[in-house]
Amino acid sequence: MAERERRLTPPRGGVFVPRVQVLTAQDVQRALTRIAHEIIERNHGLEDVVLVGLQTGGVPLSFRIASVLEEMEGTAVPVGLLDVAFYRDDIGIRPVLPEAATDIPGDLAGQIVVLVDDVLFTGRTVRAALNALADYGRARAVQLAVMVDRGHRELPIRPDYVGKNMPTRIDEQVDVSLDGVVLGDVVPR
Amino acid sequence: MTEVAKGGRRHLLSIAELGAEGIEEILEVSDAFVEVGQRSIPKVPSLRGRTVVTLFAEQSTRTRLSFETAAKRLSADVLSFSVDTSSVKKGESLRDTVETVAAMGVDAFVVRHTAAGAPAAVARWVDASVVNAGDGWHEHPTQALLDCYTIRQVLAQRAGRPLEGAGVSCFAGLRVAIVGDVRHSRVARSLVLALGALGAEVTLVAPGSLFPPSLEGWPVARVSYDLDAVLPDVDVCYLLRLQSERGAGAFLPSVREYSAWYGLTARRAALLPDDALVMHPGPMNRGVEIADDVAALPQSMVLRQVTNGVAVRMAVLFMLLGQGQVGSGGASGLTPTLGALGTIVGG
Repeated sequence: MAERERRLTPPRGGVFVPRVQVLTAQDVQRALTRIAHEIIERNHGLEDVVLVGLQTGGVPLSFRIASVLEEMEGTAVPVGLLDVAFYRDDIGIRPVLPEAATDIPGDLAGQIVVLVDDVLFTGRTVRAALNALADYGRARAVQLAVMVDRGHRELPIRPDYVGKNMPTRIDEQVDVSLDGVVLGDVVPR
Repeated sequence: MTEVAKGGRRHLLSIAELGAEGIEEILEVSDAFVEVGQRSIPKVPSLRGRTVVTLFAEQSTRTRLSFETAAKRLSADVLSFSVDTSSVKKGESLRDTVETVAAMGVDAFVVRHTAAGAPAAVARWVDASVVNAGDGWHEHPTQALLDCYTIRQVLAQRAGRPLEGAGVSCFAGLRVAIVGDVRHSRVARSLVLALGALGAEVTLVAPGSLFPPSLEGWPVARVSYDLDAVLPDVDVCYLLRLQSERGAGAFLPSVREYSAWYGLTARRAALLPDDALVMHPGPMNRGVEIADDVAALPQSMVLRQVTNGVAVRMAVLFMLLGQGQVGSGGASGLTPTLGALGTIVGG
């Protein structure tokens, strides 16, 4: 969960307390490299492929995947950034705020969009992202890459590329960065 | 100030109750809405099913249209209400009118009124969010917010810095001259409070008769009667409209004399530093407080202010209506400790 929202969501201003390191920085890098290979394999190259990182957790991952793709294929893949706050289905139920501005490079019509996020949980963020993407043109296909699939889906959504399948308790928190994946809890300050 | 009004609704009634943190949060959230305005389809579904009423008991072009555009771009339904063409003319009181409209199921009232405090009164009467769109000589908070947003945006672009995470440090020590009819200007009061909270150095420039009776509580660095002396040392020159409808004319020997001493003519604009911004909240009295050719200069921000106004008002409406009711979901029924956002609460 992003910082601005965490401040407003119960327990307000809660602190993330790490418990287990699940993946190291090196594991994350290896997973991203594998995902990059899978993206190329699935799409028979990188023609028309656009990466779209979800604000804020998916952004560093999408840039890292893009640089791996460029190393392997020699072509620069456009990277867009998407904030889905305006498309969430819990506006007015839970504090929702945009974290950062959306920045989509050009029209997505006819492109193959690979959405990149850190954690796949209920699937509601991805649902919102699909709605948001529709406003930028009719993509030829939308695929989903996540570093961690932690289960507990509330919508019929599945990832195409997964860094790590990780069964969790519903009240746990998963913290993903390029430095690794950590499982822990949010406790009131 | 942090008291939660009836029904746990949030309001934006004045800059005074926002504080620096609240202002900063609104400015930062506005960035995301500026992007929405640049899309080929500048509309998001965020406030689908919500109803926003614009209740204007005083004339307005840009504020009303700006709020209505903002609400529509958020997919809210907009009801437009003009006192001049309503049952108020048959003698219905403001309270009865407001309660009648509220009974139709309204989530937010955007209120402009000739009486200071009218939006705060509406906030007490109804179970809906209230946004002050200008009340008498009191405040016009969204105007001050969009002005601050415009300054921050231009300074960040010039410095080649991304707006994101730019914060409000650009206001520290920023030299702003606010020129003209300060006495009758709610824009001036809101802007001075906002700029003061953000650390800017504000100079008020006006003929003595157009200062308010007291400047107590106004965070201004200095006042001056001499515009020519002030201009060379400012980063922003903010011109106020001479409010003839509030009797500003009676405070002056003549409008021509005012214009001769305090109008921003091409000659005076040349005294400004090259990179100084010229701003005006509109509507402009061309040839009075601002000359035609000055309004057309590249450093004139007048139209950019209007464009940004829509984004900032989208942010305000989204932040008021998109957060859920304060305290909802809390089994204890206690008011949660609010973050910076929670200070957008009137009492």
